[in-house]
Amino acid sequence: MTPLERYESLVDDVAAFRAACDRPLPAVVRVNTIKTTVDRVRDALDSEGIAHEPTDWHPGVLRLPEDSPGRNWPHAHGWIHGQEEVSNLPALVLDPDPGDRVWDACAAPGSKTTQLAALMDDRGLLVGNDNNLGRLSALRHNAERLGVTNIAVTNRDARNFSLKPLGEGSDRPAAVDAFDHALVDAPCSCEGTIRKNPDAFDTWSLDHVHSVAGVQKGILRRAVQATRPGGTVVYSTCTFAPEENEAVLDHVLDAEDCRLVDIDAPLEGVPGVTEWAGERFDPSVAKALRIYPHHNDTGGFFCAKLEVGA
Amino acid sequence: MTDNDGQRFDRLPATAAEREVAGRASRAEVIDWWVDRFGLDSETFDDYTFWEKGAGKIWIFAADLPSPVDCEGVGMTFLRTRQEHWKPTTNAVQRFGGAATRNVIELDPDEARRFLAGEDIEPTWDGDWGYLLVAHRIAGEREPIGVGLYVHDELRSVVPKGRRASLPARE
Repeated sequence: MTPLERYESLVDDVAAFRAACDRPLPAVVRVNTIKTTVDRVRDALDSEGIAHEPTDWHPGVLRLPEDSPGRNWPHAHGWIHGQEEVSNLPALVLDPDPGDRVWDACAAPGSKTTQLAALMDDRGLLVGNDNNLGRLSALRHNAERLGVTNIAVTNRDARNFSLKPLGEGSDRPAAVDAFDHALVDAPCSCEGTIRKNPDAFDTWSLDHVHSVAGVQKGILRRAVQATRPGGTVVYSTCTFAPEENEAVLDHVLDAEDCRLVDIDAPLEGVPGVTEWAGERFDPSVAKALRIYPHHNDTGGFFCAKLEVGA
Repeated sequence: MTDNDGQRFDRLPATAAEREVAGRASRAEVIDWWVDRFGLDSETFDDYTFWEKGAGKIWIFAADLPSPVDCEGVGMTFLRTRQEHWKPTTNAVQRFGGAATRNVIELDPDEARRFLAGEDIEPTWDGDWGYLLVAHRIAGEREPIGVGLYVHDELRSVVPKGRRASLPARE
């Protein structure tokens, strides 16, 4: 049994699901509005003879059907960033404003982090954290190439991330006591990336799913704790396993003061599942969004938005 | 005066008079260098804080934090100081150099491709020697590519290896 067969009972159209999982993904780039505009990118791609088409849901997300995103002038200028179409979703759902203080708990290699910076107009404070020092250099490189200046990069375990180094509890100017928003784009079993990484299932095991779910719960709990009352936390994964998605939300809803809120998503999907493998979850996990590859011809994804108790 | 601790980020002193760490550039000196060198508006950097980590590496940060701060990075690398000729970074020139009016050399398409690939070129230039902002025209406007060192009638590409690229020639 492949991991995908595990989820066929959840999927609305199994044949379409299977067929989509077997198709490779087109190259997609996000326009980096810190450094340029959508119009200039389109002009520059046109003059280099590089075919591009806008996605039907976001003018700043372009498909490059015949090209790799890296070998062209717009890339050299940091105007575009190769980023899978569906992975543009969580930053848009978080929707930070310029001037906000935002924590990206699992930031490397930085696609969603730099998108958050662009949504903030590169103003306010963005803390990009990752526990993996090797991947952190990719985050730093991407943030610099894309011209991000509002980021502080940290290398800690997100599960016990301390705000003390940012001045928490002191009366020093610029001290950070809590974030307005947090993004937990959690490390996961990556089942939804099968179109991009055909070997994603080689290392798959149910033990791994259970062990990574423990990490996800720890990170999401810490993100809720580090966010001010009334602030929001977005949780996302690129996997289908309910153990890593709805079960994580169910655990955190129980353990922390927060609630799920509706997502106004520009992509098609289905509600979170409230039952899996004999376990029932808090009914509000249905407010989360499951995106299967055949819904929008993208990778698979899961996204939920939490409001921290006031 | 104390010695520089290269392992942490310290906010720059506002002016030379407030300097407490030997050899550290002040915020005013860093901004003046950029404004003088490239003819930028003096208000360009009003909303940023400036930090040193390592020996003379200056970072520009759109936010502020209590100094010193224990982080892997604050904002982006901006300028190399503690050497005779201060050197702006490629990424900072791309981010802030669009409005430059001085020490900007505009390359033709072939020169621009070779410069991005890391090659040294011999363009026509009768301005200052030293670190220049290297630009080309794209999508109807001038856009900075990076930093070149102009000496002895030659423009040396100092685009870092991780930012170099060999682009196909345009028909």
